[in-house]
Order: sequence, then structure tokens, then C-alpha cells
Amino acid sequence: MILTNIESIPGKKVVEHFGLVCGSTVRAKNALKDIGAGFKNIVGGELKSYTALMDESRREAIERMEQQAQQLKANAIINVRFSTSNIAPGAAELYVYGTAVRVE
Amino acid sequence: MFDLILLVVLIGVGYFAGTQVEKKHYESIKEREAKLLYLPTVSSKNLLEEKPVDSALLVYGNAVISTDYFKVILAGLRNFLGGEVSAYETLLDRARREAILRLKEKAQGADIVLNLRVETCQVGKAGSTEVLAYGTAVYYKK
Repeated sequence: MILTNIESIPGKKVVEHFGLVCGSTVRAKNALKDIGAGFKNIVGGELKSYTALMDESRREAIERMEQQAQQLKANAIINVRFSTSNIAPGAAELYVYGTAVRVE
Repeated sequence: MFDLILLVVLIGVGYFAGTQVEKKHYESIKEREAKLLYLPTVSSKNLLEEKPVDSALLVYGNAVISTDYFKVILAGLRNFLGGEVSAYETLLDRARREAILRLKEKAQGADIVLNLRVETCQVGKAGSTEVLAYGTAVYYKK
């Protein structure tokens, strides 16, 4: 599966469009790590557990989107966009969407 | 009384530790930025040169950075008075540059990164922010 966030795939030709595909996941951090992040909020710096959480969840969302595209027999997704929303304290929704296409 | 002492200690720790952490982070950012300067990242969607392309793929990098307690208090005061909140400007600057650097590290070997987009969202408490940078890495035919 080839993913890009532009309207085409450089070096390849789009032969068929399948429409929008998307994937989303809602994740929350466990309380223990939230406490760790609370301490980090005092001294500043990177919240590594949060970075890993967001990265992992985004991968999951992409995987779900790819599964949808595979069902449509697409072999690429173009114009991929990410969107994140904070739905509750400590929980975030990660949403990814794009256009499934077949390229040659 | 105890609360007041705790607050002063927190602000003090935040100020000294926060300044150190920020200084170190900026040093590391500058060093890595210089190293990855060879890889252009553009917000344009088209290739700048007509060259045969081997492959293209989506790359992204993210970073969650938190500011220190001192700056949270400072920003709170500024919120009351209004005006430019410079305490948060460095936080966002660091998070963005870090995210773009991570994207570049993932795209090593690519010739150009097209359509770079940077997105920000708030995670956890006030004073911590997540930045996501994503784009399309293009590899030319060698």
C-alpha cells in the first residue's frame, strides 16, 4: 500500500478512484503514566510516554484505513490527512482519511 | 502557609530545571537541524525538478513537549493582563522543530519531502502540546 499526502503518486499513474477511506481510534493513557506526565509538567521537557502513545495510535488508525482500502482492492491511498481531537481529559481521538486509488 | 511554600518551591524548581531542559533541547535541535540540512522539506505539492521518480511514501514525526511550572504561572499572569504570551512561543517552536526533525530522520535517503503539513493539538494538561508533521518523501531514480 502506497500512501502520499499529495494528489498523485510521483512516477505512477492513477487508473481508478474508489472514494474516501478512513480510520480512527480513541486512546487514553493509564493513570500511572499520567502521574509521571504531571511531574514532567513541573520541570518541562518531552512527555515521552505521550509521544509514544500518539505515535502508536496513529499507526493503528493508518492500519484501519489501509484495511478498508484493501477491501476495495485499492493499492494506494492519496491525499492522506491527519486530524486529532481532544475528546476528554487524557483521551484523544486520532483520525486519518484519504482517497483510495489504484495505480500502475 | 504550607501551600505558599509549595508554590514557591514548584516555581523555583520549574524555573531552574525548565531553563536547563530548554537550553539542552535547543542545542540538540540546532545540531540535528544542521545535520539534516541536505534534505529539503517544502510545502509545495509539485516536484521542483523534472526527474524520474523511483518511489514515494508518507512520512510523519510527532513530539509531545511540556513547558515548566514557572512558565505556566507566567502565562497565567499574561492571560490576565493580555498581550503576547512569549512563555508559550518557545514551547511551540521547540515542539514544531522537533516534529519536523523526526520526520526528516524517518525520511533519510529521500531526495525531497513534498507537501509538509504541521498540525498542533493539546494533550493532557495546559502547557503541553503535541505537534504532528507529515509529508510525502520522494526518492529519485539513481
